[in-house]
Amino acid sequence: MMLLILLGVPLFAAVVLAFVGDRKYAAEINILGSALNFAAGLGLAFQVYLEGPSLAAGKFFFVDAFNVYLAVLTSFVSMTTAVFSRRYMRREREHGRVGHMGMRFYHAMFQVFIFAMLLCLLTNNVGVLWIAMELATLSTVLLVSLYRTPTAIEAAWKYFILCGVGIAQALFGTVLLYFAAEKVLGEGGDALLWTNLSLVSDKLEPTVLSLAFVFLMVGYGTKVGLVPLHNWLPDAHSEGPTPISAVLSGLLLNVALYALVRCKVLVDGSTGTHHAGDIMMGFGLLSILVAAFSLLRQKDIKRMFSYSSIEHMGIATFAFGLGGPIATFGGLLHMLVHSLAKSSIFFTVGHASQMHRTQEMDRIKGLIKGNPLVGWGLMFGVMAIVGMPPFGVFTSEFLILTATIKDAPLLTPFLLLGLAVAFAALFRKVQPMVSGEVPSYQKPMTVANLPVLLHMALVLIIGIYMPDFLNQWFHIAVELLK
Amino acid sequence: MNIHNAAQIISFLAALVLLCAFGMLVQRRMYGLIHLFAWQGLFLSISTAVVGFVAGKHHLYISSVLTLSLKVVLLPYILHVLIQRLKIQKEVETVVNVPMTMLIGIVLVIFSYHLTAPVREISTLVTRSVLAIALATVMIGLLMMITRRHAVTQIIGFLAMENGLFFAATSATYGMPLVVELGVALDVLIAAFIFGIFFFHIHTTFDSLDVEQMARLKEGD
Repeated sequence: MMLLILLGVPLFAAVVLAFVGDRKYAAEINILGSALNFAAGLGLAFQVYLEGPSLAAGKFFFVDAFNVYLAVLTSFVSMTTAVFSRRYMRREREHGRVGHMGMRFYHAMFQVFIFAMLLCLLTNNVGVLWIAMELATLSTVLLVSLYRTPTAIEAAWKYFILCGVGIAQALFGTVLLYFAAEKVLGEGGDALLWTNLSLVSDKLEPTVLSLAFVFLMVGYGTKVGLVPLHNWLPDAHSEGPTPISAVLSGLLLNVALYALVRCKVLVDGSTGTHHAGDIMMGFGLLSILVAAFSLLRQKDIKRMFSYSSIEHMGIATFAFGLGGPIATFGGLLHMLVHSLAKSSIFFTVGHASQMHRTQEMDRIKGLIKGNPLVGWGLMFGVMAIVGMPPFGVFTSEFLILTATIKDAPLLTPFLLLGLAVAFAALFRKVQPMVSGEVPSYQKPMTVANLPVLLHMALVLIIGIYMPDFLNQWFHIAVELLK
Repeated sequence: MNIHNAAQIISFLAALVLLCAFGMLVQRRMYGLIHLFAWQGLFLSISTAVVGFVAGKHHLYISSVLTLSLKVVLLPYILHVLIQRLKIQKEVETVVNVPMTMLIGIVLVIFSYHLTAPVREISTLVTRSVLAIALATVMIGLLMMITRRHAVTQIIGFLAMENGLFFAATSATYGMPLVVELGVALDVLIAAFIFGIFFFHIHTTFDSLDVEQMARLKEGD
């Protein structure tokens, strides 16, 4: 029941917001809708905590220890992003970067996007998962081009075409998966349900499934932003409105990785080898290295942090590819803490670039003196994201590193190199921005405090003390993903 | 109609679908491209109906009608209107010359046959032989998107890919579950509206639909 409410709220909010349009209280309705959604998410989490996994609407939706925390995370980050976007988008409107229709479109599509991601996470049907993933792309394409500048349109076009092509490969993979599944499970919708497939994965035809995985990997890997399929990601993140960058980076990439991991479990179950995991490790490691070295030469602040997202998605993909209880646990935790830390960074980056009216890092200076919350927020956010203790990212990266040393010792130097380069690059770039005197063109402004503080507090708490229920879910999820 | 005849009809239609894909690789004029796309959709729709008839799968009739209305009537119509509104007549040059693209296309077909060999071997369906052609259609659509620099041709390539995917679904299996097919059709429809909006945005911002002009976002500038 909670599950259906969780899916229904954003859809309803989208319809309401499409009618409300650009009125004064649209942003408040957006926040209210997202808050209700988060409440439903908490309700669902509570239900899973008490009663364990369940199905809803026949067998159409399902929730287990793996997708429940991602669903709650999605509803939580969408709520804080809605809070952040209220002030942010109002200011963009005052600056004339968005028009009347633009605001109506922005609010409605924001909710449709949240709905699409939740549908991805909670659907039991592999085909519907694909449809929802495509819907998530389509709903954000025109948000990326919201400002209608030539670069924004270029970025959105690239996003549309590359993700469209990529996701088409995933559909071919899904067709092959269905082909293998219907031989075992019979025809009809039941053959595409995760809950059925995971039971019979060892009976599925291995040759077909390994072929299917190549297509699924390319398809969903494009959406995860894995190198060399990542070209759309930095453009879309840097040209779209900052709240959208925050949810793209913090949520959409996670959802795509979720789909990939589910597929990997099936394929590994069928082939009985570690073939799919090896492919994921390769893509993951390549992403870490390429993104880390790309970080060094960035000039645009949002572009830089989008490369950091590629790096972290690479780490998580690598961890799931490596498999084993410790690495999988680390991967699950990494998805959570990266999402919280990265969206918080994008909030502060949004404020910083509005204060300076530019995204060029050379012109952003003196943040701590100009606005302590933004300055320190960015500083601590970066410390968290590069994996400094005691933040949660340290814990997850440490787990993944330990597992690598144990299971794939030869890859450890590459992983360490990537982490070290990313560490150095981010610190070198962020230091001049937060320190120093306030430049003359910096404009003081009031900022939304709550989202940043909340996110950073959570990352810190998870780093120091992992709550019991989370621990329990992760352990169950590790069993599921074995 | 016995199974043997049906298999031949389906193979024949598959050949026509592939022929349309190659035709699109060569065709330079916009209207010609749209007509080829519509023909491809028509062959696809007929073959879906034939498969539905032979296999006794009635939900394939729905897919067939859906394909007919979406890919033969609605999408070509939308593209027609857009082209007239935006006054596009001839296409800009391709990145790779035509004989070369044809050769790459042939290689892709061979590659597809090679790739789908294990699936064909274990399949017992009438339609198994056309899976390779479906994959080849997807690949040729992809090739078209890479070698053309015009926004409209890129979109037609994208839709041709979608045709190939649909064809794969009816040939590898007797169609995906209906809810999935309806969802995919909905996504294609939404995508059609979005690229329509895009054409206008690109046209007003860049004064033409040549995507070569969109090269401002680059690394290391």
